[in-house]
Amino acid sequence: MSVPERFGFYLDPNRCIGCRSCVQACSECDTHKGHAMIHLDFVDRAHSIQTVPMVCMHCDSPTCAEVCPADAIKRTEDGVVQSARKPRCIACSNCVLACPFGVPKMNSSFDLMMKCDMCYDRSQAGKKPMCAAVCPSGALFFGTREEVASLRPRSRILDRFEFGAQTITTKVKLMVPRDSTELQVDVTGALEAVPEEDPFEEIALEGFL
Amino acid sequence: MSQTPQTPLEIQDRFGPHLNYAVGARLATEVEPERLVATHCCFCGQQCGVHLKVRHNQVIGFEPREDFPFNRGMLCPKGVKRYLQGAHPDRIQTALQRDPDAPGGFRPLPYSEAIRRVASEFDRIQSTFGPDAIGVLSGASLTTEKTYLMGKFARVCLKTRHIDYNGRLCMVSAAAANKMAFGIDRAANPWSDIPGAEVVWVSGANVAECAPITTNYIWQARENGGKVVVVDPRLTPLARTADLYLPIKPGRDLLLFHGVLHLMIQHDWLDHDFIRQHTVGFEALAEHVRPWTPARTAEATGLPEKKIRQAAELWGTARSSFLLHARGIEHSTHGVQNCLGAINMVLASGRIGRPHCGYATITGQANGQGGREHGQKADQLPGGRDLANPEHRAHVAKVWGVAPESLPPPGVDCYEMMRRVETGQIKGLLSICFNPKVSLPDSTFVARMLDKLEFFAAIDFFVSETAQHADVILPGSLHEEDEGTVTQVEGRVIKINQALDPPGEARQDWRIIQDLAQALGRPHGMTFHSPREIFDELRQASAGGVADYSGITYEKIEAQNGVFWPCPAEDHPGTPRLFEEGSWNPVAKGAGPFYFPDGKARFQAALYTPPAEEVDRDYPLMLTSGRVISHFLSGTQTRRIGPLVDQYPEPRLELHPRLAEKLGIEDGEWVSVESRRGLATLRAQVVTTIRPDTVFVPYHWGDRRSINRVTHAAQDPISKIPEYKVCAVRVRRASTEEREAAEADTRSSMQIGATRAAGETALGSGRLGQGVRPS
Repeated sequence: MSVPERFGFYLDPNRCIGCRSCVQACSECDTHKGHAMIHLDFVDRAHSIQTVPMVCMHCDSPTCAEVCPADAIKRTEDGVVQSARKPRCIACSNCVLACPFGVPKMNSSFDLMMKCDMCYDRSQAGKKPMCAAVCPSGALFFGTREEVASLRPRSRILDRFEFGAQTITTKVKLMVPRDSTELQVDVTGALEAVPEEDPFEEIALEGFL
Repeated sequence: MSQTPQTPLEIQDRFGPHLNYAVGARLATEVEPERLVATHCCFCGQQCGVHLKVRHNQVIGFEPREDFPFNRGMLCPKGVKRYLQGAHPDRIQTALQRDPDAPGGFRPLPYSEAIRRVASEFDRIQSTFGPDAIGVLSGASLTTEKTYLMGKFARVCLKTRHIDYNGRLCMVSAAAANKMAFGIDRAANPWSDIPGAEVVWVSGANVAECAPITTNYIWQARENGGKVVVVDPRLTPLARTADLYLPIKPGRDLLLFHGVLHLMIQHDWLDHDFIRQHTVGFEALAEHVRPWTPARTAEATGLPEKKIRQAAELWGTARSSFLLHARGIEHSTHGVQNCLGAINMVLASGRIGRPHCGYATITGQANGQGGREHGQKADQLPGGRDLANPEHRAHVAKVWGVAPESLPPPGVDCYEMMRRVETGQIKGLLSICFNPKVSLPDSTFVARMLDKLEFFAAIDFFVSETAQHADVILPGSLHEEDEGTVTQVEGRVIKINQALDPPGEARQDWRIIQDLAQALGRPHGMTFHSPREIFDELRQASAGGVADYSGITYEKIEAQNGVFWPCPAEDHPGTPRLFEEGSWNPVAKGAGPFYFPDGKARFQAALYTPPAEEVDRDYPLMLTSGRVISHFLSGTQTRRIGPLVDQYPEPRLELHPRLAEKLGIEDGEWVSVESRRGLATLRAQVVTTIRPDTVFVPYHWGDRRSINRVTHAAQDPISKIPEYKVCAVRVRRASTEEREAAEADTRSSMQIGATRAAGETALGSGRLGQGVRPS
């Protein structure tokens, strides 16, 4: 069994409201109950309410697998990068350090790397992964290309990411505004991004203070 | 008499809140559920569909329910983890009686004895002081059947005028305004009208945290080319990427609505045909808003003039729109007027009663809508009828088989009931589904009033902060232990299905109420055998009223995945969208789409009054309160669910870095926020996402970190809603004593439940082997 080809996973951080439904639902998945594989972080809570959900992007050439000395990480034919195989994983954390998206987690209580596998048991059966099933903002979306085309007319897809000298293409697609001209996401460059406009700039403290 | 028996810590050790986590069958990966029960979440007014996995009379998890059209599988974290409220170590499984010598101050009492004790105390009080000496506090998280029964119990069995409910803290301002302007109190449109709207205007609603599923509807509108306008003193997750964000000064929303209407008139962005054909009162209103020039509006609202003009142009020139508001404008001493101001903007645009043209308040509680329609409100009878109206009394009295004159007159709102405890008019109290010690403003007064009662009986499934003051606690039912209907935010009547039987001696709430009626020797009309029987009587009682449920059956709800009221006949499909051209209603009788004899909507010259408490030298900051996503209302349930507490463990005071610098406060530091009523101590969160003249604190906690010790009990003169959204405070670093007290409360609120085996981490039990699949 593999994830049916017509389905894709689409990520739109622009829609994310930081509710952590994805995290709470991930830990309810039958294969890793009690452990959330998805990441949900504030970018910089002091200065913004923005949050970003991070699932495994399922790279075409997964760095985690490339650096694994035990050959414990497999990418199945449908392009899903699986969690580490327990009999092989030596808990060295190479993958954790190497993944440019920061996805794999080392679970020291089992000496095992665990990561998002697109809810393989569910997605193989044509069901939505837990996170995308519950996401109330549509920041995480699992569906067909046709659905995406009809539901997201103002968005388009990017699946190339630049981390300094490394370029990565992924199975999971990032949604960006349709009128943007970027051909890839310059992740390291984005670290230099200009902060958002301050809507409170003109509001003075009350005179009594 | 009803004083809390022991110290908070002793009660806490025994009755919680303890944090419950998944263990056993809930955590094991190899365990299959016996069945999936299609039902709904127990928390907010959106009432998301969810499948509960049931095994051995326990809910062991959830599965997304994609067939329910409102949320199509989506859930917020509360919906995901709601199941952990069941099989909880804090769950009350027997009746309890106050006993200072028992651990935690309560000892178990056989159920039948508890019922007899409550009945005999109520009987004694009523015999001595008259029927009105007993008050009833009910709630809008109950099923509609239960809310109907509570109203009937108060009026027919107890014959007291004193019943009110916690919707008083939620929906009443919008409800009153809707009745004044439209003649009916319900969301005018289904949410499916949102995605096609050219402008979505959101005033005073933190949609992302308080109505999370609505986010997707709004984002879909934007994806379809619509613009989103957000008005809020805080930069909420929705405001972050809104097309226009207006960081309004708390308590000034009506003036923005006036200012926008002023510009609509000036630029002739009006639907003259609609105004002429379907409304009355526009000329007077136009005169009323004439003074609200952009410059004056900017001055009063604390908004840049440019943004007011941009907002007016977006709204004025749109061809379709949806206006949403919530507690942000409603929790005000002029909350009704605020809502009327919003409605005026909608009516002047003529964009209502058509596809993609809508208006709604975002109802807060699970059954916020149904719970305010069928008679647990102080002045109301079933079907949205008025207790003061002789025809309405006659209709309901006939259904109930009593004389109309035997029904008591309208009572007073729940806060006024507390004041009547102070004056001695109310001596005994029955509460269900209400935690006033946490949720009412100026809550130290509320706690004193609970202590002053001669006798207090609480029906609850956990010993809430309020139930801690009770003489007898009757063990009620959780949401998943009963069936019945709920009317969600859109006016869609849906069905809650039973997944479990109540544990131990716990009972379904409607049985407890009927047992009390029996023990009082007044069983008339309180002998139902099932929620369905109650619902069938409710259908008759509502027939012909504005909130007409007579054509709704359990079967139709299941078959249609919900039925929108009004539904006046069994062959009627229900009414998803109100006020459509040519529609019929029982008030206008064909004269027009609105619920007045002439069929026309009413513009109201909404009157602005400043907040009851303005800032001054002693209290120079505005406090506004609200919610966070992982907790619900007074937190009775969510503060007991481990993963939800982990997500947001303790209340924080949000303040802007410019203010923090001025006050010498650093991020994470303990601060005390103080008003003329009281003080709360909590940690500071320094963020640029709030007005520098305003601080925000969420209200879900009940101890020394509870912000309702600080808030103001000033109320709207019409709706009686308290002004939770603005009062005057000062903020300073906490003293050592205050900090230590708040730290102790934080520690005690984080104790882990007894069902959690030793050595387990928050991540799980460590028995994961089976869960890791070879690839």
